[in-house]
Amino acid sequence: MRSAVVVFPGSNCDMDLVHAIEDVLGEEVHPVWHHESDLSSYDAIFLPGGFSYGDYLRCGSLATFSPVMEAVKKEAETGKLIVGICNGFQILTEAGLLPGALMRNDHLQFRCELEPITVERADSAFTRHYEQGETVQIPIAHAEGNYFCDEDTLQKLEENGQILFRYADQNPNGSLANIAGITNEKGNVLGMMPHPERAIVDWMGSPDGARLFTSMLAYWKENQQ
Amino acid sequence: MIEPTAEQIRDQQLYKEMGLTSEEYEQVKGHLGRLPNWTEIGIYSVMWSEHCSYKNSKPLLKKFPTTGPRILLGPGEGAGVIDIGDEQAVVFKIESHNHPSAVEPFQGAATGVGGIIRDVFSMGARPVALLNSLRFGELESSQVRYLFDNVVAGIAHYGNCIGIPTVGGEVVFDNAYDGNPLVNAMCVGVINHKDLQKGVATGAGNPVIYVGASTGRDGIHGATFASEELNEESEEKRSAVQVGDPFMEKLLLEACLEMVEKKMLLGIQDMGAAGLTCSSAEMAAKGGQGLDLNLDLVPQRETGMTSYEIMLSESQERMLLVVEKGREEEVIAICNKWGLQSAVIGEVTDGNQYRLFQHGKLVAEIPVNTLVDDAPVYVREEKVPAYYVANESVNPAEALVNIDANEALTKILQSPNMASKKYVYQQYDFMVRTSTAVRPGSDAAVVVVRGTDKALAMSTDGNGRYVYLDPVNGGRIAVAESARNIVCSGAQPLGMTDCLNFGSPEKPEVYWQLSKSIDGMSEMCEVLQTPVVGGNVSLYNETKGQPIYPTPVVGMVGLIEKREHITTQAFKQANDVLVLLGDTSIELGGSELQQAYTGSISGRAPVLDSEKEKVLQQAVLSVIRQGLVQSAHDVSEGGIALAIAESCISGNVGAKVRLETEHDAAQYLFSETQSRILLSVPQEKVEAVIEVINQFQVPAQVIGEVTGETLEVHVNDQLVVNRSVSELTNLWEEAIPCKMTASSTSTN
Repeated sequence: MRSAVVVFPGSNCDMDLVHAIEDVLGEEVHPVWHHESDLSSYDAIFLPGGFSYGDYLRCGSLATFSPVMEAVKKEAETGKLIVGICNGFQILTEAGLLPGALMRNDHLQFRCELEPITVERADSAFTRHYEQGETVQIPIAHAEGNYFCDEDTLQKLEENGQILFRYADQNPNGSLANIAGITNEKGNVLGMMPHPERAIVDWMGSPDGARLFTSMLAYWKENQQ
Repeated sequence: MIEPTAEQIRDQQLYKEMGLTSEEYEQVKGHLGRLPNWTEIGIYSVMWSEHCSYKNSKPLLKKFPTTGPRILLGPGEGAGVIDIGDEQAVVFKIESHNHPSAVEPFQGAATGVGGIIRDVFSMGARPVALLNSLRFGELESSQVRYLFDNVVAGIAHYGNCIGIPTVGGEVVFDNAYDGNPLVNAMCVGVINHKDLQKGVATGAGNPVIYVGASTGRDGIHGATFASEELNEESEEKRSAVQVGDPFMEKLLLEACLEMVEKKMLLGIQDMGAAGLTCSSAEMAAKGGQGLDLNLDLVPQRETGMTSYEIMLSESQERMLLVVEKGREEEVIAICNKWGLQSAVIGEVTDGNQYRLFQHGKLVAEIPVNTLVDDAPVYVREEKVPAYYVANESVNPAEALVNIDANEALTKILQSPNMASKKYVYQQYDFMVRTSTAVRPGSDAAVVVVRGTDKALAMSTDGNGRYVYLDPVNGGRIAVAESARNIVCSGAQPLGMTDCLNFGSPEKPEVYWQLSKSIDGMSEMCEVLQTPVVGGNVSLYNETKGQPIYPTPVVGMVGLIEKREHITTQAFKQANDVLVLLGDTSIELGGSELQQAYTGSISGRAPVLDSEKEKVLQQAVLSVIRQGLVQSAHDVSEGGIALAIAESCISGNVGAKVRLETEHDAAQYLFSETQSRILLSVPQEKVEAVIEVINQFQVPAQVIGEVTGETLEVHVNDQLVVNRSVSELTNLWEEAIPCKMTASSTSTN
């Protein structure tokens, strides 16, 4: 599985993702500058966390104008796996690849902590190595993770099983329906506030994020044949 | 604005408003051989400010040991550099941003972080961690809550956005800092030896390149502002505070490190305090060269800026480079890739003249060495303060009798100084870069070095109460405690950076505090072999004529050779045995117990024996490296009672402790005698631990075991503390959030 990690000006979890993919999967992974307009040679595309364009205007909004985003949209349509983490999630909603929006945390502060997360589905491309209903520990670190969408959209998300992750205990940001991560309807585009790349070995505090990467590799291998 | 003429400056003594004395003005005249103009006197005033020249502290700073076998670069450049093996080095420095934070806490703190990060990457190093050390008045005041909240938010804003984890620090609340908070920020970086850069201008004809944000009118005279006392007019100097843009700095960081990797640079220096003036003058002086700058070429964000304003602006996120002639285009191409402004603004010249041109005219001409090397140096008068003399006869224990230890423990756990700082660090991204192995909340933070089995331990420490009561012992303790924290995490202390936060050096009592505490610190550095590789002096920390507690803050870095040595303070497992190292006597001057029960401090600080401290640290490092201990925790503020409680809380497990003493139980439990460490050890390894510790001739006693869900402490067979750990945890975690949600209608 050949992965791209898109680097926007102000991305700061790009190398963490590259290292996590290298360490967990040992598969090929490349940082890709946001001027790139062709991502067709990659099997999976990651939009990393950070503060693309300094969060100016709105988190994630300016990044949607980067040339690379046209390529991301194109690959999403072909069914490739796209993952946006934290700021990457914000970019995906701003780009219209995922529904809804991420607002400022309800308590108005940045929040960094290891967070218990419930895995809602274990049959998706991203979660097949988890158990359904399992609670895993994955860190969050954001000031704008308060997911919001209208009632119809929420109903669709629930009905289609697009909600992959929810906060298990206290909701750390006020998100609707305790949402921590959602996919698009087709299930190949994932946006999540928690950082799986920050939880791949015990000394980091939890190894639970590693299985997201191994799930993707397993899915990719199955669909190769 | 029409600038005053050279004659007006002289006749109306306008230099005084810039912080220069008449004697200093006369020296400037002598150096120039004529009257200085407005731009020139402005340049001298910032270069000769305490902040840039250390004119009041230089003779004292010379006492610090600054060399050692591992030291690659001591004080003088952006940051100190210490070898960590494998052709790698650690680069670090601490700096204050006290005055800006007092008037504009969010931006003041944010730009403090931005400045120290630039100091580290201008050395060519990749910043890997941030720490801080903060002091405020007490949280009952709404003004203090405002300052505290905004300082923390400002630090979070900058560090989180640029993507460098804030892994540790300390926060202390005391009325001594009311109106003059302390905001000290430390940055730690890692570098390959071959990438080490210098802030130097070499080779006549080589271009000087400006990179980063454009220059505005913000922060003019920031360095001078930082070198005077705060007063009612300080609020009006808000324009001396800059506004930070961490996004811009992230681009600047990546661009500069790309240039370092491609070996493009001859010299690089941050435009920090005193902006373009200080960076260019220091680079020229260090290179033994002159410099011509054309100010018309400096990127400007406002129109009509005068040469004075351009030179004294402290706009943030700017870097000055010198490259070989002909390589300008390569530098500019990298800047363009990162969307950064850049401009060739001048060139290195032969000789030592520092010349500035604007609109085709020569606007300043100064022999550059007179700015840097000829800054005045003052040895001030020292005087033993009356309070110190009076304290000699005070026995703090006399006022601390019949105290219920159970009640004292809960009281002290809830004091904001001892309570959990989660409220603070949960606002910092302490995990970005995925290298943080020990998070905020233990004795020291630990960051692993990717690609090796090594890790770096780091901590900041300072206790103004001790230094106030006894500057020599307080100085020793500041260094010793920081090193002890590093050792408890499994690391060998390598060296330190210091931030000396004091009142006005023109007051003989304050100068005495400064001088004596440096004596104590220097002695401890010698004994522990932790040289000072850089730092910062922040004087004139006073409000309404009252100096703050003298507060030297120590930032220490240590090397963990193998990740398996990483140790934390948390108790790990039931039935592990508690071993207390070191002797305990009754030392309560400046203690948490004294502050909690009398509302003030008096007497003498605990005494520290530097040789005892050294062997204690060696002994503990030895048992950790042999894999014999489960946890190690420094016994400091709050004494053995707090050390045990903290280890229980962090491990979420109880303990049974049995102590014997001829002293009063509460006094014994809360005494702050130095050179003590609490270990927890698996039962089968206790004998081995005691044997190793005995070899170092350090006193060791088994005092109990990890067990259950309750903390029980027996003194002379009497149960004096009996609290469930979950109850203690709640009190400890809720103390600061509770105070922060207090009604905003309270007084002040």
